[in-house]
Amino acid sequence: MAQHNNQFMDVIERFKESRSVTIGATIIVLFCLLAIFAPQLSPNNPTKACLDDRLISPFTEFRYPLGTDHLGRCFLSRLLYGTRISLMVGITVVSISATVGIILGVVSGYYGGLPDALIMRLVDATLAFPSIFLAVAIAGILGQGLVSVMIALVVVDWTKYARVVRGSVLSLKEKEFIESARSLGATDLHIMARHILPNIVAPIIVVATLGMAYVILSAAALSFLGFGPQPPTPEWGVMLNAGRVYMRTEPHLTILPGLAIMAMVLAFNLLGDGLRDILDPKRSVIE
Amino acid sequence: MFNYVLKRILQLIPALLIVSVASFSIIYFAPGDPAETICTGPDGNTNPESVEKFRIEMGLDKPLHTQYLIWLNNVVHGDLGYSFRSEKPVFEHIITAFKATLKLSIVSLVVSLIIAVPLGILSAIRQNSLIDVSCMVGASLGVSMPNFWLGLLLMLLFGVYLHWLPVAGYGAGGDIEHIILPAITLGTGSAAVTARLMRSSMLEALGQDYIQTARAKGVPEQVVIGKHALKNALIPVVTMVGLNFGYLLNGSVVVETIFGWPGLGSLIVDSINMRDYMMVQGCMIFVAVLFVAVNMIVDISYKYIDPRIHYGAA
Amino acid sequence: MNLLEIINLTTHFQTPDGIVQAVDKIDLSIREKETFGLIGETGCGKTVIGLTIMRLLPPTATVGGEILYNGKNLLEVSETGMRKIRGEEIAIILQNPTTSLNPVLKVGEQIAEAIRLHQGLNKHDAKKKAIEMLDSVRISSPSRRANEYPHKFSGGMKQRVMIAMGLACDPSFIIADEPTKGLDVTIKAQIVELMKEMTEHKAMLLITHDLGVAAEMCDRIALMYAGELVEYAPLDEIFEKPLHPYTIGFLNSLPKKGLVPIPGMSPSLINFPDGCRFHSRCDYATGECKQKHPDMVEMGNGHFVRCFHARS
Repeated sequence: MAQHNNQFMDVIERFKESRSVTIGATIIVLFCLLAIFAPQLSPNNPTKACLDDRLISPFTEFRYPLGTDHLGRCFLSRLLYGTRISLMVGITVVSISATVGIILGVVSGYYGGLPDALIMRLVDATLAFPSIFLAVAIAGILGQGLVSVMIALVVVDWTKYARVVRGSVLSLKEKEFIESARSLGATDLHIMARHILPNIVAPIIVVATLGMAYVILSAAALSFLGFGPQPPTPEWGVMLNAGRVYMRTEPHLTILPGLAIMAMVLAFNLLGDGLRDILDPKRSVIE
Repeated sequence: MFNYVLKRILQLIPALLIVSVASFSIIYFAPGDPAETICTGPDGNTNPESVEKFRIEMGLDKPLHTQYLIWLNNVVHGDLGYSFRSEKPVFEHIITAFKATLKLSIVSLVVSLIIAVPLGILSAIRQNSLIDVSCMVGASLGVSMPNFWLGLLLMLLFGVYLHWLPVAGYGAGGDIEHIILPAITLGTGSAAVTARLMRSSMLEALGQDYIQTARAKGVPEQVVIGKHALKNALIPVVTMVGLNFGYLLNGSVVVETIFGWPGLGSLIVDSINMRDYMMVQGCMIFVAVLFVAVNMIVDISYKYIDPRIHYGAA
Repeated sequence: MNLLEIINLTTHFQTPDGIVQAVDKIDLSIREKETFGLIGETGCGKTVIGLTIMRLLPPTATVGGEILYNGKNLLEVSETGMRKIRGEEIAIILQNPTTSLNPVLKVGEQIAEAIRLHQGLNKHDAKKKAIEMLDSVRISSPSRRANEYPHKFSGGMKQRVMIAMGLACDPSFIIADEPTKGLDVTIKAQIVELMKEMTEHKAMLLITHDLGVAAEMCDRIALMYAGELVEYAPLDEIFEKPLHPYTIGFLNSLPKKGLVPIPGMSPSLINFPDGCRFHSRCDYATGECKQKHPDMVEMGNGHFVRCFHARS
């Protein structure tokens, strides 16, 4: 028990020391605050077009701190509301695909045999496609919209969780405490929920954090390509695509949404990398 | 060795079957009658004659599994159907597009290795120096940067402001001027990933006992790094080429669309926008087979790169 | 005539936990053609002495004192000069042959590399020489084996390769670090035989924790404890008249003496205890041992010991 405690303290200590965790977590918290308080922080309605105020450059007019887009909508307000959309898409897709992946991974690893073979062939088939091709095809077939993008990303994203979970379950299954639980008459469901799930939390957290970065970036890319939400929605990828026409004269319409995407993706990548180094002692040996 | 290859191919068959079913069913997921879907233009007009012709050709009056078998038989024989837009065989379009994508991918891969390998090595041998820190910060940014954004910024800088390079296009069959910007855009992401990997595997190699052995023999430090450590450290990097290929294929969707590069990525996006579903179907199955084949070839070639791996009983 | 003379050598490492004094004020000398055994428990600093002589320490290390090789202080030789000495005049056979051979280079090439570097032979001649070396360490079908990678060799064979590599340029002084570690009894005996034969006319520093091996090979033996030497003497003296309680304990822990282990643990190399470093594990310790640090004293017959009670 004492050793267990030590290990825990060790992890906490390393959390504090890890610069990438600190920076990543700070930026994420900041983005969450911006998302929550977007209505309070926004100087204007993000979807209200005002054709008299089209294409105002940033820092020129007090009413529009970051200028306006080609329809005269306040760019700062749109960027702030965009935080909500990106975070919402990330959280939704990651939670659904993690849930699906964890369930299928546990079933596959725990039961083996036919369920395992079926699930793993499905994983193989999904991974046979380069992920964006698959996502583009799915989103394209389903028609434009945020929901199509999210469905497409769940389809390509769940395999990560299934593979990580299956691997962990396979190595756990042989452990003595699982054997002893079984010999005491615990049901499969009980063993999975009580003994297996708590032991695979760490790798799942790492994969999910890095998954957030991947999903946010991919969702922006799909939206940029025109498969995402339709124009009034202040999605960063959509804004970037709309702004590129005016790249020559109003480059901020292209540069700012890109910066926002990069900052958010970077934050989740930093946090995920940091967490992996802390939670997976095997890897951190390298540094 | 031969047995190993055969086994790998046999293992792929179930997955490829699922891939084919998924690609086949694309048409059925689209709303409406598949024949009409396929023969309806972006303007919403349908040509009843071609609908009928298609119905008979594809056996759409037959049960679904028969339709699938007919389709699969065609695919195996290289017949991916006809593009609605051009009325030319889908396969022809795909091969043309594939050549463009291949060209872009190879140049991007070279660009990314030229950037990543030296920087990764330098970061490792000057660990925690200013060079190391800036390379790794750069790598973090590179991984997180949306490639469509980077592409637009490069376009803005080199095309619009400096007028050094064409903003977009394929030029005369993808000449050097036209390939530079998309190749850099596409190569940056994989360069970032590769540089990190190069650094960590170089650090790992430099910490091994055999490095001490080499130094104990009186081997000069540049040879210790360039031969004894690098030969080991490159193994994971070369291993990554397969993964990199997937990375590049994925990136090509966006990059080709921005730069108007007529490859597989822009082909699939255009085909979806034009509702040219036969083409989408063909692209999907082609890309999947290509991707799987590349991964398998890379897998098998490890044997020649890493003498420690042997595929005897495995 | 002393080939190697180590005077007041200290090697310290900077670590996050403090300064590790791995080698602390050591004096020892090795004569021409002599095999000198350096014996101690794991972590006493004996390997560090070998690496210090070769100047193969990480940048965190600081070294003080002198290492005179043929009268020349190795600590003052330039890095380029040192590179010429390594492998050609002084060779080290590192421990753990499995990790010490480069997995992606052919065995023959790894031996030939040193030959090319120091003897200026071309690729072809160096390879021929490498094959001869493999033959001399009794590796069968050496020309085929030279083209194989290390993973195809067994542990004992890898050790033979390491020996061949060390001796390839005919150095006059060899440092062998735990050459028999991890080998089973028969293989160990073969390696000891081989090394005795191949180093007959060379000076050698044998670093080991295996007294049996040392007894087979050495002319003189030194015992090292917590960064310093505690006793050294000719081989027979050590076995017949051990004086330091640590030496006595070490001899008693040999299998034929009934495997009596020395109780307790060696002190950390960061904070040495006051007094004699061995006192907490010593049956003979008195108040003096707890307060004063004993000096090395000569007891005659080239027998030196660091203990207040050696005379009694």
